[in-house]
Amino acid sequence: MLLKYLGKFQYLSIVAVMLIANPIKADWFALNMTRGITDISNEVFELHMLIFWICVAIGVVVFAVMFYSMYAHTKKKNPVAATFHENTKVEIAWTIIPFLILIAMAIPASKTLVKIYDDEAGDVNIQVTGYQWKWQYNYLEDDISFFANLSTDADEIYNLVPKGENYLQEVDEMVLIPVGKKVRFLITANDVIHSWWMPDFAIKQDAIPGFVNTAWTKVDVPGIYRGKCTELCGKNHGFMPIVVKAVEQDEYDQWVSEKKDVAMRLAELTTKEWTTQELVDRGEDVYALNCVACHQTNGEGIQGIFPGLAGSDIALNDKDRHIEILMEGVQGAAMNSFSYLSEVELAAVITYTRQAWGNAENGDGEIVIPKDIVDYKQPKI
Amino acid sequence: MSAVIENHHDDHHHGPAKGLTRWLYTTNHKDIGTLYLWFSFAMFLIGGAMAMVIRAELFQPGMQIVEPEFYNQMITLHGLIMIFGGVMPAFVGLANWLVPMMIGAPDMALPRMNNLSFWILPFAFFILLSSLFMEGGAPNFGWTFYAPLSTTYAPPSVTFFIFSVHIMGASSIMGAINVVVTIMNMRAPGVGLMKMPLFVWSWLITAYLLIAVMPVLAGAVTMMLMDIHFGTSFFNAAGGGDPVLFQHIFWFFGHPEVYIMILPAFGIVSHIIETFSRKQLFGYSSMVWAMLSIAILSFVVWAHHMFTVGLPLAAELFFMWATMLIAVPTGVKVFNWIATMFRGSITFETPMLFACAFVVLFTLGGFSGLMLAITPADFQYHDTYFVVAHFHYVLVPGAIFSIMAAVYYWIPKWCGNMYDERLGKLHFWLSFTGVNVTFFPQHFIGLAGMPRRYPDYALQFADWNMVSTVGAFLFGVSQLLFLFIVVKTVMGGKKATDQVWEGARGLEWTVASPAPYHTFTTPPKID
Repeated sequence: MLLKYLGKFQYLSIVAVMLIANPIKADWFALNMTRGITDISNEVFELHMLIFWICVAIGVVVFAVMFYSMYAHTKKKNPVAATFHENTKVEIAWTIIPFLILIAMAIPASKTLVKIYDDEAGDVNIQVTGYQWKWQYNYLEDDISFFANLSTDADEIYNLVPKGENYLQEVDEMVLIPVGKKVRFLITANDVIHSWWMPDFAIKQDAIPGFVNTAWTKVDVPGIYRGKCTELCGKNHGFMPIVVKAVEQDEYDQWVSEKKDVAMRLAELTTKEWTTQELVDRGEDVYALNCVACHQTNGEGIQGIFPGLAGSDIALNDKDRHIEILMEGVQGAAMNSFSYLSEVELAAVITYTRQAWGNAENGDGEIVIPKDIVDYKQPKI
Repeated sequence: MSAVIENHHDDHHHGPAKGLTRWLYTTNHKDIGTLYLWFSFAMFLIGGAMAMVIRAELFQPGMQIVEPEFYNQMITLHGLIMIFGGVMPAFVGLANWLVPMMIGAPDMALPRMNNLSFWILPFAFFILLSSLFMEGGAPNFGWTFYAPLSTTYAPPSVTFFIFSVHIMGASSIMGAINVVVTIMNMRAPGVGLMKMPLFVWSWLITAYLLIAVMPVLAGAVTMMLMDIHFGTSFFNAAGGGDPVLFQHIFWFFGHPEVYIMILPAFGIVSHIIETFSRKQLFGYSSMVWAMLSIAILSFVVWAHHMFTVGLPLAAELFFMWATMLIAVPTGVKVFNWIATMFRGSITFETPMLFACAFVVLFTLGGFSGLMLAITPADFQYHDTYFVVAHFHYVLVPGAIFSIMAAVYYWIPKWCGNMYDERLGKLHFWLSFTGVNVTFFPQHFIGLAGMPRRYPDYALQFADWNMVSTVGAFLFGVSQLLFLFIVVKTVMGGKKATDQVWEGARGLEWTVASPAPYHTFTTPPKID
């Protein structure tokens, strides 16, 4: 009887295999945890394998007895059941032995955990802030700050073009760290809870608004390492990857000085004379990075969840309130403060949303220049 | 009016009323048990349909079928419906049918409350499901509804979600009180505590867990309600609140909740293994003590769900050790089942097949649970598909297989007909294959690095996701066969004897099949 049913399953499994023939990229052997590249990640991997093999060993013994009974003690082979029950010695043994095995597991696990919990400052300290749905990195020693957004094209996600090799694992700006140095991450969030996971470093720390969690690593192998957000944070939770590039000290120093130059040039832009078109062009880029997720490319928002900007009264006629919303956010709504953007970016994106989608024609068409934002930031009397 | 009441005074004593009012007004434990079981099956199909949407979307990388917003609503509702609508009411239904018959009681102790605790449930789930059609969509923050995603950033329907959880909680608390009062007061003379069938024991412990933690859940959602509508800042960091506090409260409810969904399964499987091994359970009292230890430990392990929130080292160590300790009583239970089978005289009818699969696959889920308890390794496993594989292994071939085993085991007693053994076995093998093809590859996907609650994924996860989806549809479709088998059995079939199974023991097998509408109106004699 059983064999007859099993025959059906063979057929099913053939169908399954046919369905699985996958043109994209076969990765049938991605079965186990990756070892990672730091001492800690290797230790975690060893721990994982140790516990795994202990479980396998216990499983083999326990299931061997069970399957033997299922095979040898059927009614056919053993028409009269034994009558034994309760045996204090056996029961004590199967309580004590697992307990001892657990202690054997707990000792190496506790040791590794103590090592991971090293809270000393690093040679490089980077504040990581989670936003819906991107990461911000602040290099505390060097005054460098930038956002990392997913750089995979929407057309790849919606299957209009073939997917690239690093589909959903690529960002517009990588986090650089120097090799051989202790790097400490100070992890927090600006809106909801996120979680910063870098499997190759065995770091996973929740990014929680109002808290700063720490994690550290020391990477010895230069390379590009990819991680992900691992705490449900809203609709684009699956679309805010993490990419860290470990480089030699020289290359790191050079990158730091370049980033500082860029920051300086940006500061100069604040005092520059701007034309409407310049602001709109720049604002369109800022909008694409920060606003489209909710307010959409066409400025219509998503009905009932995210308000539209096209034709909105504030975008048409209320410049002051418009600035205020971007600077302060909206209490009790998904709209956060964007005051962390530069004055130029803020002025540009406000101007863009007051000009685009026919807003300039339907409203007062007033633009906002970086100085307006600087003025807003002055202490109010 | 009083004349009318007197006229109908004697109508309902020996059989059920006719028509719809029988089910609306019933205070009979068997009717209410039936209502609970059908309700949970309906929820199982709805929650299962949502799982099919999830798996269909994950069949290939890229967004194909739904948008991420809707995907998040599906994962949230799938979890809530399966836990609060599928597994929990199914166990309450089994308790209603079986506890009075197993202890020789005529009915549940509080029959009107029994009716109420069932009939508020459909409203709770109507409210929850109606949120799908509300502006902003259904709750989309996962069944764990972590603040502030579920407060400041939630869709407006969160308020309906909160009221629906309140109603579910009230229903569970009433059901639990009823079970406790029944067991404590209505055992037939001679049924001492340590003579109660294990299913009754498992439900007594479960009921206490429910009474202890459902109010905590109610507290958590009430604080959310205050944060959303009344300007408090329990969980809002900007107002001086603490988002991590939410997780502590939630998991103080959530971890005992996990055992609420598995303890009754332990009871069921113990009975079935005993019956089909034709041999007395190896260690009755150690089984009782193991369940009690698991229940007590469940209150001191909650933060193992929170190893990555940044707890201090001492807390991480404590919760790791306490969690590992649970493996000891759980091991005792597994060893007991196997020792019961050892040198028994075993036959493999459908309930026994499900029970054997339960022991093996629940133990696999236990192993991955032990791995997850190891804090440093959990930093790699946490919130990946490895966790999804773990809890589905303990909930699907764990809790749900035990419910199916119970239905096959007791349905001859409930409706007087034997189910079709050939179809039952087919259902088992399809479900067994489906479950493993679905969830086993999820271990691989998780270890390779795919986070859970992702509507789309990187290419290296594509192959096993496809396998998982094929398995999920196989499992899903097989449950329609289960529906067919149950309906067929209710409609007719070979008549069952009173004893039904050769090796069955217990008071419920001493009454006629089908069990009369009222059983044990006078207490049975116990030797």
